[in-house]
Amino acid sequence: MGKSDSSSGDSRHSVWVRITHWMGAASFIILAISGALILMAHPRLYWGESGNDLTPAWLELPISKNHRHGGWSSNGPFFEGRNSPVSASRTFQIFNENGWSRSLHFLAAWLLVAPGIFYVLAGLCIGHFRRNFLLGTDELKGSGFWEDVRNHVRFRIRPATGGPQYGLLQKCAYLGVVFVGCPLTVMSGLAMSPMITSDYPFLSDMFGGMQSARSIHFLAFVLLLLFSVVHVIMVIKSGFRRQMTAMTIGN
Amino acid sequence: MNPTQLITRRRMLLGGLASLGGLLAAGCSKQSPPTYGNLLRMGDNFTYAAHRALLSGRGIAKEYSRSQISSFPATGCVNPATVELDPVSGKKPSELYARLQARAFADWKLSVEGLVARPATFSLADLKQLSSRTHITKMMCEEGWSGIAEWTGVPLRLVLEATGILPQARWVNFKTFDDFPENLDMLDALHPQTLLTYGMNGRDLAIPHGAPVRLRVTTQLGYKSVKYLQRIIVTEDFDDGGKNGDIQTGWSWYAGI
Repeated sequence: MGKSDSSSGDSRHSVWVRITHWMGAASFIILAISGALILMAHPRLYWGESGNDLTPAWLELPISKNHRHGGWSSNGPFFEGRNSPVSASRTFQIFNENGWSRSLHFLAAWLLVAPGIFYVLAGLCIGHFRRNFLLGTDELKGSGFWEDVRNHVRFRIRPATGGPQYGLLQKCAYLGVVFVGCPLTVMSGLAMSPMITSDYPFLSDMFGGMQSARSIHFLAFVLLLLFSVVHVIMVIKSGFRRQMTAMTIGN
Repeated sequence: MNPTQLITRRRMLLGGLASLGGLLAAGCSKQSPPTYGNLLRMGDNFTYAAHRALLSGRGIAKEYSRSQISSFPATGCVNPATVELDPVSGKKPSELYARLQARAFADWKLSVEGLVARPATFSLADLKQLSSRTHITKMMCEEGWSGIAEWTGVPLRLVLEATGILPQARWVNFKTFDDFPENLDMLDALHPQTLLTYGMNGRDLAIPHGAPVRLRVTTQLGYKSVKYLQRIIVTEDFDDGGKNGDIQTGWSWYAGI
């Protein structure tokens, strides 16, 4: 195994990688559960700036009694004309646990963002990404990529090395999570904040509106959830005890 | 791993934790609402402190064109006079509101009291005589939905300045006919888009949306834009609103996110 300053990668997981990994994992679990509860309060997703029970949704998730409910008493249209927007009053109690689940969600978001910023800065400064994540030119040449895909499809997973000696697809997955998935969930989350978007309207505009940002927040979460499932399967398949030891006590 | 590297990494970690601790301490100072030892409320205050430290608080929420006005649900209390209000909290229908509603709110008066030089009451006609502002903005509900409407009213700032805010004033508290106490800090209360709203989409504000006057705060979620205004009280100390206030019902007082 190479030393930490060699171009072949670190021999084992650094202490800051291990700490931020578990902080990130803990925050992801809390964010997933509280996020699901928040979605249950209004399990309808829209594109654009606004959307509500009186406008069409692109996705209605059957995850709470609030899904496709009736119970609205019409207050009539706001304007003259056939296509006028309308008002209606809700006539029933909805499922809503947002009081605690929203606060928990934002508390866990700090747990993701604060170590996340530290992790990315440290990874860039120390060269963790360059050494261990960046795809080598030799890796990209020839049939290496397709061979790695074939091995994964046939469930032939390399045994754990106990450190960041990552395979080709593995590197792609980690780059995607660190530089696409997590930033996308954080940015689309910020794009839903009325206070933040008052100062930085581009945050909401770049997603095409607050409800689009909410939809993308959900879709990016689904991708991160898929990653997490595959990640855990790979950990088990490549040697659960060895991997857990390597990511906790570091050997 | 060589020892020098270990030290720099530890230092980086400690530096990060120290700055986080600084923000947390700011979040728990007496500048913020009480937490009553609840970890979630500490997190809310931390977010509030971070927003106040990192954002201007003077940004103007996006304003839309008339063609972007959307359908708009009325939720929560939709008539303080008749509705069996929230059965969980045991609120009672308001007889006073029923009487005011019967006379088309001609007798409705908004009192502005507390830490103001000249406490006063304003009728609907009084408010309409002050210079108005209209904006087409999005209201976001904590539930996840949003709606765009045209809101017309008098900036809260004008009313507070007309009564003369005293220097020690820190919070602006709102009492409503549906017993939904709320309050804002001075930054949000004096925000140019914060309105005492009497018109919606070019008509008088309808009862389901908060007639005769509701608060409209563009920098926070919908539940801060309380309906059915009755009294405004300016204070130096934070008033949690009692058992129907945000904090005691288990909600974040700060709803800018």
